[in-house]
Amino acid sequence: MAQMNLLHAINSALDIAMQENDRTVCFGEDVGHFGGVFRATSGLQEKFGKARCFNTPLVEQGIIGFANGLASQGSIAIAEIQFADYIFPAFDQIVNEAAKFRYRSGNEFNVGKLTIRAPYGGGIAGGLYHSQSPEAYFAHTPGLKVVIPRNPYQAKGLLLASIRDDNPVIFFEPKRLYRASVGEVPEEDYQLPLGKAEVVTVGNDITLLAWGAQMEIIEKAAEMAANDGISCEIIDLRTILPWDIETVVNSVLKTGRLVVSQEAPLTAGFASEIAATVQKECFLHLESPVERVCGLDTPYPLALEKEYVADHLKVYEAIKRSVNY
Amino acid sequence: MNSDIYNEGQVVHQPTFIDGHSVDIPLLKILQQDGTVYEGAQLPEMDQELATKVYKTLAFHRVLDERMVASQRQGRLSFYITALGEEAASVGGAAGLKPQDMIMTQYREQGALMFRGFSLENFMNQMFSNAKDLGKGRQMPIHYGSKELNYMTISSPLATQIPQATGYAYGQKLQGLNAVTLCYFGEGAASEGDFHAGLNMAAVQEAPVIFFCRNNGYAISTPSDEQYKGNGIASRGVGYGIKTLRIDGNDILAVILATQTARAYALKENAPVLIEAMSYRLGAHSTSDDPSGYRTREEEEVWQANDPILRMKNWMLKQKWWDETQDTELFEQYRKDILAAVKVSEKIDKPHLDTLITDVYDVPPLHLQKQFEQLKEHINKYPDAYPFTAGKF
Repeated sequence: MAQMNLLHAINSALDIAMQENDRTVCFGEDVGHFGGVFRATSGLQEKFGKARCFNTPLVEQGIIGFANGLASQGSIAIAEIQFADYIFPAFDQIVNEAAKFRYRSGNEFNVGKLTIRAPYGGGIAGGLYHSQSPEAYFAHTPGLKVVIPRNPYQAKGLLLASIRDDNPVIFFEPKRLYRASVGEVPEEDYQLPLGKAEVVTVGNDITLLAWGAQMEIIEKAAEMAANDGISCEIIDLRTILPWDIETVVNSVLKTGRLVVSQEAPLTAGFASEIAATVQKECFLHLESPVERVCGLDTPYPLALEKEYVADHLKVYEAIKRSVNY
Repeated sequence: MNSDIYNEGQVVHQPTFIDGHSVDIPLLKILQQDGTVYEGAQLPEMDQELATKVYKTLAFHRVLDERMVASQRQGRLSFYITALGEEAASVGGAAGLKPQDMIMTQYREQGALMFRGFSLENFMNQMFSNAKDLGKGRQMPIHYGSKELNYMTISSPLATQIPQATGYAYGQKLQGLNAVTLCYFGEGAASEGDFHAGLNMAAVQEAPVIFFCRNNGYAISTPSDEQYKGNGIASRGVGYGIKTLRIDGNDILAVILATQTARAYALKENAPVLIEAMSYRLGAHSTSDDPSGYRTREEEEVWQANDPILRMKNWMLKQKWWDETQDTELFEQYRKDILAAVKVSEKIDKPHLDTLITDVYDVPPLHLQKQFEQLKEHINKYPDAYPFTAGKF
């Protein structure tokens, strides 16, 4: 074990993936010698050569188009989009191409060897174009997997699983935690399962559900609730698509209450999908309506970020509303 | 940093435009319409066997297009796209490659797949989206694909294959394969962002890919003079720093020679090549289109006189590699074969219900399995509403 921040954990996973197979290729804007604007690919070009870790021109649709072709050829393609806010020029290559490659060809071809990494989320004074959480757009696309880790240990194990999974995976990295989140991470190879949520804290009165950087927020709210004598069960969804319905539903069947929190805006966010499924599966066990604590339905602000975000106080209030319903 | 640009060329002290058309682009022509070769013209590497295969593929292409449009008009087929008048571009491109080279296409390049040996049954089963279709009945007619024949499955979104071809070729290079990727697209698709992305990345990332633009004058109803103002698509290759050829796309010998030359260069130098083949879409865009609404008969007649298949036939006759009797018999045989194949394929069952959920992922995830179980219960409850699948799962 070693102390690593989230960036070191990502870098360690990429290093292992490139070491184990010489057809693994990492690329994106500034990814080469510089090691990426956040330094996630630091040292990889020096170690594995310019042919396997390189800069691309500034063209997101080209990066993912190139990655689709490379993955369909049988190489292991790990593409970086510098910020999730800039993934939209590649939307067609992700939604119409990567996600449908296997299906449309009758499995003659596939891009299962594709992984797209992108830093997402707010809390870094990044304003509307360096703070977005676009997971729900991609969760609406059959054929993709969408994964979001909450800490360094999770990041390394989930990224290795994403790279090795035989489906195209979008791996959103909580950039607010890149250096802020530090923890024990094995230096060796390990994987954490995709499509499986994790019960982080067992509790009885209410279920709190989130993913990525929002996990810290709901954990803080749970501490406040504990002082009021409310026992929270805390779940990290980890994989947004396909999501672990069973773990979430079993928890809500036990507690009878659910608060889902996401950074993204409220309307048509992934929390809405969870709320719909839970009301269907747990209808007669619910003690109160499912609460969604999300960003406002606005672009991500700059000066008023603190007011905008789904912070621990808003989650705490939702917990109390739910318990006192 | 590339500083050459600051040091090269002429320095001026008054604003001095360079003209958008200042690059002179030569047009490669080998074969004249009467079947004679231009004096001094270089010939592609092609013996009688290859030439016969190319010609037979062109003939098959012409007959298949003719018969399938007729089938569509009879209501037997939902949709079709012909390549009437520009068959040489796809057949000649494939003929200039090696079997291990990947071909990625837009949708009007079935000739390349015919040349590679995709069977008549495979064509039919795809078009009738039946249980024997390699694509499992999921895409509209003409969206062919074959792993075995290194022909990437077609997708409808335009130009998406262009950056993909760059990535595919990069993978071939990384593995040290003796193989390139050839990527077809039209002059209309070259307006898409993916065109710029794919060509620029191929140049920068040094990928052995041949970009093959079929400039056929029209994107559905939009003529090429409303598509771009530059000197065709070839002039853009210059801007990307890519070796570029412009050829007569109705000249099968020019197409094959250009492709052979491009392949050798791409492999040796690990660099892309752009070919712009000038041609004309003599047919409609698709069976859903009617060109009489946007162009004249007179314009079409000019290009009918440029038929690439007739041009090759004239050359084959002059070479004494082919005769009129063989020609009549060949066309007649293809008509019979195709009619027979239509009758077989249109009667084959639709794909199994399972194919609704397979291949979305490598393995259907739980939520999808659950949705599928609910669907099956529903079909069992109302079997008359779902006659193709009820009772068959």
